[in-house]
Amino acid sequence: MANLTELCLYEARDGLKNKSFSTKDLILDHIDAMESSRYLNAFITETPDLALKSADLSDDNYSNNTNRPLEGLPLGIKDMFCTKGVLTTASSKMLSNFIPPYESTVTNNLWNNGAILLGKLNNDEFAMGSSNETSFFGSVINPWKKNDKQAELVPGGSSGGSAASVAAKIGVGSLGTDTGGSIRQPASFTGTVGLKPTYGRCSRWGIIAFASSLDQAGPITRNVRDNAILLNSMCSHDPKDTTSSSKEIPDFESSLGKSIKGLKVGIPKEFYQDGMSDEIIKMWNNGKDWLKSAGAEIIDISLPNTKYALPCYYIIAPAEASSNLARYDGVRFGHSINSNDINEMYELTRSDGFGDEVKRRIMIGTYVLSSGYYDAYYLKAQKVRSLISKDYNDAFSKVDVILTPSTPNSAFELNEKCDDPLSMYLNDVFTVPINLAGLPAISIPSSKDKNGLPLGLQLIGKPFDEETLYSFANIIEESSNFESLDDIWWLK
Amino acid sequence: MSVDLDNVKKIAKLSKISLKESEGKKFLTDLNQIIGWVDQLTEVNTEEVAPTFSSFGADEGIKKRNDTVNDGGYREDVISNAPKSDEGFFLVPKVID
Repeated sequence: MANLTELCLYEARDGLKNKSFSTKDLILDHIDAMESSRYLNAFITETPDLALKSADLSDDNYSNNTNRPLEGLPLGIKDMFCTKGVLTTASSKMLSNFIPPYESTVTNNLWNNGAILLGKLNNDEFAMGSSNETSFFGSVINPWKKNDKQAELVPGGSSGGSAASVAAKIGVGSLGTDTGGSIRQPASFTGTVGLKPTYGRCSRWGIIAFASSLDQAGPITRNVRDNAILLNSMCSHDPKDTTSSSKEIPDFESSLGKSIKGLKVGIPKEFYQDGMSDEIIKMWNNGKDWLKSAGAEIIDISLPNTKYALPCYYIIAPAEASSNLARYDGVRFGHSINSNDINEMYELTRSDGFGDEVKRRIMIGTYVLSSGYYDAYYLKAQKVRSLISKDYNDAFSKVDVILTPSTPNSAFELNEKCDDPLSMYLNDVFTVPINLAGLPAISIPSSKDKNGLPLGLQLIGKPFDEETLYSFANIIEESSNFESLDDIWWLK
Repeated sequence: MSVDLDNVKKIAKLSKISLKESEGKKFLTDLNQIIGWVDQLTEVNTEEVAPTFSSFGADEGIKKRNDTVNDGGYREDVISNAPKSDEGFFLVPKVID
């Protein structure tokens, strides 16, 4: 039999249903792929024994026809989701020994739907980064290389392990989190499909908090259909998260193949940037043509406050982070350094347990929230956030979706941007505004640059209209004929 | 606006992060670069604009639940990750003389 890791999520699901192979066969192939791909450093914790045990149960359920929607499907989970009894680190030294006594709501929903945990995936420390290089457990390597096959590239971040594992066909899909682009940017860098749902679509309970008003969980998959299937099993109204929505959850998979005839696509002029590469512009134009051919109408729109989204984000996100990360005090869980003085214990613990990027953000957040600066920075940013949201509200009175590139460039080399925080932040210029406005958005692999590296298009939707995003994403996917990765160089 | 080394030390103190002298200088450069950049928000006219603290709830609102106990009794679980504990309590350095 061919290697079962070649099957995407829905193919594996259908194969299991038709009893073409057993869950155990599928899991064994994925464990083998995970273990032989350690060079990529995508996983922090592998859980092969748990996975095999779950496979037996899934095989019983298939025999008894009591199989659930994701029965027997192996998934990698970003190490920001608490998993009961399984090490959960947020890729930080601070939590390098943390074993949660509870399960996050989103992962619990997946296991209740029959999915199987393959392992916990590497990410930027506390999800702060755009290259996966801030992880205490080391950088993740992008499975894609340029045509010259030389330098190793970053997978993007912060969900770098989630995106790299899916591109390398380890697991049939993965979970990421997205606070300012942490699902969509790595999806774009690795030729995978990544969705950030509407704020409130998925419960945040049990996800290690970074910036609570922006964080959302979402799926990263090999194709649009897989993404829709996974999202369906992730969402639920959760009384434990007061910002989780009680809106009805549609069948997202059925939105694939729906006509987009007569629907309107907005093209925001502010997303054209000085020095934007011809390749990005060409991809964007292709996207417009594909949607037009499918019957959609293309309309130029303006989102005038776009340029203020990144600075606005870099006040709000660090402010919320500085407050959320106050809990790491060396007393209740995680890393701790002894001292006879409690303040010294806090300071030494936090100084040793956090990496530089996390410290930078905690300090920026502390500064913008401190007495005398609160109004000038934090409150000001929250007002600018209102203007950004208003831009999108106004736009969505005229259009059904907005089409932009996902990122201003393709994957860059390891260590290329490490020493310059600002140039790293600029990676998220197209993704950050969407989190500020709480909207859903998806990145779909759409073309390759001159070096053969993937580039993604981003579709932005109205609140709680992931269905329309999936209808449009499906058309882009079918039109682009994007060829997935075929060189498994890291196994050689 | 910009910060000086004393400001950085004060911010670190408030953040409960101890800094070595060389780290202080590095963060001073980084913080000033970032603060200088976010200062561009002063260009935006926000008179009569209300702040947005969350994008959630515009149409459905934050829900309240009944304030009743519906779970609990996990003392051992709660304490299981503590660096130091004794008889179900977290241990900290002496704080009162």
